[in-house]
Amino acid sequence: MESSEEDGGVPLSRMAEWRDVTPLRQDDGPNPVVPITYKEEFRETMDYFRAIYKADERSPRALRLTRRAIHLNPGNYTVWHFRRLVLEALNTDLDEELDFIQRIANSNSKNYQLWHHRRWVIERLGSNARSKELHLIKSILSLDAKNYHAWSHRQWVLQALGGWEDELDYCRQLLEQDIFNNSAWNQRYFVVTRSPFLGGLPAMRASEVRYSVEAIVVNPNNECPWRYLRGLYKDDIESLVNDREILSICLKPSQELRDAVVALWTSDTRPLDADLATAICDILEHVDSLRASYWIWRKNKLRIAA
Amino acid sequence: MESLTSPTVTQRDQLLVEQQVFSLFKTFYNMPPSSQSFMLELQRENHVEYLTNGLKQLGPSFCVLDANRPWICYWILHSIALMDEFVDPELEDNTIDFLSRCEDPNGGYGGGPGQMPHLATTYAAVNSLVTLGGDKALSSVNREKLYSFMQQMKDASGGFRMHDGGEIDVRACYTAISVASLLNILDDKLVQNVGNYILSCQTYEGGISGEPGSEAHGGYTFCGLATMILINEVDRLDLSSLIDWVVFRQGVEGGFQGRTNKLVDGCYSFWQGGIFALIKRLNSTKGERSIPLGDGEDSDPESPRTTASSDATEEGLNKDLSQDDSHSQKDHHDTSSRVNVADIGHNSSKGHAKVNPLFNSLALQQYILLCSQDLNGGLRDKPGKSRDHYHTCYCLSGLSVCQRSWLEDEDAPPLPHAVLGPYSNLLEPIHPLYNVVLDRYQEAHEFYTSS
Repeated sequence: MESSEEDGGVPLSRMAEWRDVTPLRQDDGPNPVVPITYKEEFRETMDYFRAIYKADERSPRALRLTRRAIHLNPGNYTVWHFRRLVLEALNTDLDEELDFIQRIANSNSKNYQLWHHRRWVIERLGSNARSKELHLIKSILSLDAKNYHAWSHRQWVLQALGGWEDELDYCRQLLEQDIFNNSAWNQRYFVVTRSPFLGGLPAMRASEVRYSVEAIVVNPNNECPWRYLRGLYKDDIESLVNDREILSICLKPSQELRDAVVALWTSDTRPLDADLATAICDILEHVDSLRASYWIWRKNKLRIAA
Repeated sequence: MESLTSPTVTQRDQLLVEQQVFSLFKTFYNMPPSSQSFMLELQRENHVEYLTNGLKQLGPSFCVLDANRPWICYWILHSIALMDEFVDPELEDNTIDFLSRCEDPNGGYGGGPGQMPHLATTYAAVNSLVTLGGDKALSSVNREKLYSFMQQMKDASGGFRMHDGGEIDVRACYTAISVASLLNILDDKLVQNVGNYILSCQTYEGGISGEPGSEAHGGYTFCGLATMILINEVDRLDLSSLIDWVVFRQGVEGGFQGRTNKLVDGCYSFWQGGIFALIKRLNSTKGERSIPLGDGEDSDPESPRTTASSDATEEGLNKDLSQDDSHSQKDHHDTSSRVNVADIGHNSSKGHAKVNPLFNSLALQQYILLCSQDLNGGLRDKPGKSRDHYHTCYCLSGLSVCQRSWLEDEDAPPLPHAVLGPYSNLLEPIHPLYNVVLDRYQEAHEFYTSS
């Protein structure tokens, strides 16, 4: 157990264990810029780390030292990298490593190095780690349902180790809690298009359209399901336009038209009805005045395409 | 939002921010004109002081950025350069020296002396040196070694790893390609398959994600688009889809959000706002004029159509525009004698040709000036957050983009009404692909293509 080093407390220079090591000062030069007023514990830890790193010492005490350094600055990618080298050299139990990362994650869930390190560990643990990992990511997402790193990591785990079976349902749960969670919609798209159990986009399209339309009806101002709909019909705009369910929501008189127009056209294909398209751009210019320039630009592109 | 159920986390968070921002705007509109003028002023002296102090010393809380010191250099130096201010020559020399201590003998720059080289800190270091300018700074980069470092970071997928054994993502691609391009060491080997990787990161929403499958995100969209332009494969992207995604990232606050249904953040003034500068440049490079509005009269930023959106802001902006009388033109622009050597299509031969920005430039400027400025110096994410050097850099970079968004030519002087607040708010133009001040880019380009 490495816990004693985390607490700091005893300086390394006073530990018998480190007596043979000469700490290596940072080569900041005589007049450094952006110099940080390091606290004594930080400076000392990094001085010892530099010495060990330079000597390439891959020992148990080196491992403990990297833990101490990471607690002081979880952003130091050099320390994380060296820690991996040491873990490999010592053939350490990686399940404990997951606990270590988790403790760091508690206060640093948006740190790149941590997540990358986690991936490295999971790669080595293999599919046995899968369900525990998916569960852990869920708990992080329960604190912040849009954590970008957590979602990328989750996608990586699914692709590398599987576990797709419950994922669509997980998306449904998240969207029930917050239909505006775009990360969950993005994950839904990911599952629908890539899960080996669902048959791919063409097979899923009809049910996904229904799901999106339901979401739109409840919150027509929610951009997510509108974009999702377009995503379902990527590269196949003709089918989108002919989809009865989509037409039914787009033409509701009380509906905000903005995303309806967006659903009906890409700027490069010939519009089905140039006059209607132009009229809608005019309306949008006033109804969505923040984007007036954009709608005018769209209108002019229609003119040119016609 | 019309839901009958209790608000979701997204709705609640958004509402809180809107309340804060609108209350700020309301206070602003109710102020007498003289106070309003003050509120719209860029607090140059205070910002420069905040930045220069950071260059000289940082407190203990910066330990968490101990592996990012070249970034801190860049955020500070670039911000100062944007305001056309100077750094003490001694500090400049110290910076060159410090960065050379961050340089790895085998190429690339790390986050501090003795740290492993990393593509992001390499980008920051190179951009810092380019911003400093001058032979000493520019010649201090070991380009040969840097090239071999990049080669080693190149992955079979086409992407790049951030560092030895590090993560691969669109950011790594951008930092590598941007630096290689700037230093004139970009070649087929580095470029190979990068386009395929980035293409696989354009999502169903239209924006670009960090890795294939992840969510469309402003930072990665900027990185992806810039990279595709630099490697001359931008036509492979679905640009209309990308543009459609990014225009909807501008919110009622005037600022940009990073992802759909997330909160506004000042730094996206550049990551998202800069995308429009890239697209504008694309249109002029290709020889296509940006599509003019109607009869050209709509090119006037003063016309109601191009002022800010929602009812809450329009009145205020109109008020301000009609009261603005500080037309003193900054006279340091000498466009007539500028020699343009950029081969990435920097095109200034069209003089003062006007275009219309596809985003709402005045609304974004209002957000930056009223919501992101810390009156004690520095800029921030949003009201309630603390200032930091990163947000200072990207809010100011975004402001520069806004001020020139009606011009086809990046270094022509903007019309007074393109600049919200006094004309003295005007910042230096940037090169949007690299985010360095344009004339520093030009000096570096000349240096690295002739040596």
